[in-house]
Amino acid sequence: MTEVLTPAPAAEVTVAHGRGELPPWRLLLRRPTFIVGAAILLFWVVCAIFGHMIAPQDPLAQQLLATNKPPSGAHWFGTDQLGRDVFSRVIVGARSILVISFFATLLGTVAGTALGLAMGYLGGVVDMIGGRIVEAVLALPLVVVAFLFVVAVGPSPLTIIIVIGLVFTPLIARTVRSAVLVERQQDYLSSARLLGENRTYIMFVEVLPNVLPTVLVEFTVRLGYAIFAIASLSFLGFGVQPPTPDWGADIYANYGVLPAGYWWMTLFPALAIASLVIAINLVTDSIEQVLSS
Amino acid sequence: MPYLPIFGAGYPASLNRTSQPVQAGLSSRFEPGSPAGLSRLRAGRVYGAFTRDLAATARAHYASPSHGIRLRRSLVLAKGAGWVAVYILKRLGLALVTLWLLSLIVFFACQVLPGDPGRAILGNLASPSAVAALDHQLGVDRPLVEQYWTWITGILHGDFGTSTQFRAPVEPYISAALVNSLKLAALAFVIVVPLGIVGGVVAALNYGKAADRVISVAGLSATTVPEFVSGIVVIVVFGVALKVLPVSASAGAGASAGSQLKHLILPAIPLILVLFGYIARMARAGTIEALNSDYARTATLKGLRRPVVIRRHILRNSLLPTITVIATQTGYLIGGLVIVETLFNYQGIGNLIYQAAKSKDFPMLAAGVLTIGIVYMVATLIADILYTVLNPRLRVGGAE
Repeated sequence: MTEVLTPAPAAEVTVAHGRGELPPWRLLLRRPTFIVGAAILLFWVVCAIFGHMIAPQDPLAQQLLATNKPPSGAHWFGTDQLGRDVFSRVIVGARSILVISFFATLLGTVAGTALGLAMGYLGGVVDMIGGRIVEAVLALPLVVVAFLFVVAVGPSPLTIIIVIGLVFTPLIARTVRSAVLVERQQDYLSSARLLGENRTYIMFVEVLPNVLPTVLVEFTVRLGYAIFAIASLSFLGFGVQPPTPDWGADIYANYGVLPAGYWWMTLFPALAIASLVIAINLVTDSIEQVLSS
Repeated sequence: MPYLPIFGAGYPASLNRTSQPVQAGLSSRFEPGSPAGLSRLRAGRVYGAFTRDLAATARAHYASPSHGIRLRRSLVLAKGAGWVAVYILKRLGLALVTLWLLSLIVFFACQVLPGDPGRAILGNLASPSAVAALDHQLGVDRPLVEQYWTWITGILHGDFGTSTQFRAPVEPYISAALVNSLKLAALAFVIVVPLGIVGGVVAALNYGKAADRVISVAGLSATTVPEFVSGIVVIVVFGVALKVLPVSASAGAGASAGSQLKHLILPAIPLILVLFGYIARMARAGTIEALNSDYARTATLKGLRRPVVIRRHILRNSLLPTITVIATQTGYLIGGLVIVETLFNYQGIGNLIYQAAKSKDFPMLAAGVLTIGIVYMVATLIADILYTVLNPRLRVGGAE
């Protein structure tokens, strides 16, 4: 009888999300949307890491005799108001947004998963208090709150990571909590309790591996929103500060001359942001569909 | 067991899944891509008994207008009405608590703003004693709690404070900006609501086919591209390359309604794009759930033609969550307005708080954010009440 009550190995339960014959990652590679999204994402990650080597010119070098030049053979994406090469700035600019959004989402996911586990598994007072906080945060327009705090504390990459991470925490906690509530009905948890395991051990060793697919989907979903929010903050002038190349900040610096016909300084960074968020969402959509099939 | 989709906490796991879509609706702009649609589908499958209940109610409502059933329905309504009132009161109470939290956040966030109001007004050349005197006159040298009390009681009496950048009461600025923003938001809504619903329903009716994939992926992409990005693309295409539409949103004082509308078309497009994906997603998920339901199968099996099944049985059930989601999207819209109004230089509430934040105009910023909070709260409240009043499920649940 005790044999039957022994908790099932966590890894097996995780694998059970696939269709049976193939592991999830093989199913992913069969989806064209995933391939396209992952390829674009990979391109920008390479740019973020090796940007300075790929860029044909120094993204910070100002050529004051060649300002506002339209796209040409020498400057593929033209030059901006200070004569800097827009193409190089777009390539190198991938770094700041990818790094900030990745760490902001990571912070939100780790904190949110811990909070969600506690709310879902411990229940009672923890769940009550957590639930009120989640509701209060959800009731506020998030962009406005993030904006307010970044304005108050002053823009710096660390501030943005913390603000976006904190804003995401309750949102992720809510999703994790729902997944934990489903797990709580499973036999392996009663078994673990009967074996006398303590709560922390059960939460992090028994429950956590089983809600990891949910956490993974949540992470990719939030990564898309993080890029959206961080690019928006940069566009408002409260993100990465000049002269660091950054897509949102470059748009902020140059959108004033857009009606005058200088479209290349804003359009190319804008398209870069669009391709990045679309790529992440294609990947997210594919992961969601594979995990839910 | 009352079915309360609004409260995340304290409900058994079996109901929690079902409640997710509504929660997603309640949340703000950051929600569109969450797997709410998925859980909605799962909910339909897993809780068959629940759906059958719904099917019975739906039949009582729409399909068979026989006298007996009508009588039963009115009884249910009479029993449910009291519960709905309690529920609305509860929501109202929660909204007030949240507003109070918001006022705290706004006030204390603004207090951290670097800069001295007295110095900001008098300029760099003023003597320290003059600055101190003005600070005292403005009350900014008093303890924070006392300042908060003065501020919040002032607001309760309709006094939102004096702008430091315009040196005038903030209310006229706020109300004028709010009216401008509402014009822009209304234009976006009028276009996107029918578009999103039709897109979602068409995708659901072609579930899994090419049309579905195209609408879903395009909707998802449109939703996730920041407004200023799509805004720049439309400016470049329509304003700079084709020169068919004005790039600035402001038509100038005394412009005709037609001219104002023309100036608002380009700014509305980014808002429409973001909302389209979300509304289409909800409409699609709701329609798919209804298509898979037992009552849809019953209607088909009893020999009704497909258009009739879709019109009478599917759409009436599937669009209910969508309608309320649309109402809650005003929250998102406000976040989007800050960006769009800045990009198109439009004198709306978003641009107003942006300018206030840049010039450290605390009373204007606080009043603007609080106004946004109130608008958002009212919209969410209306959405929740609409959902309760329109949803037969909740009425029956409350009567039991």
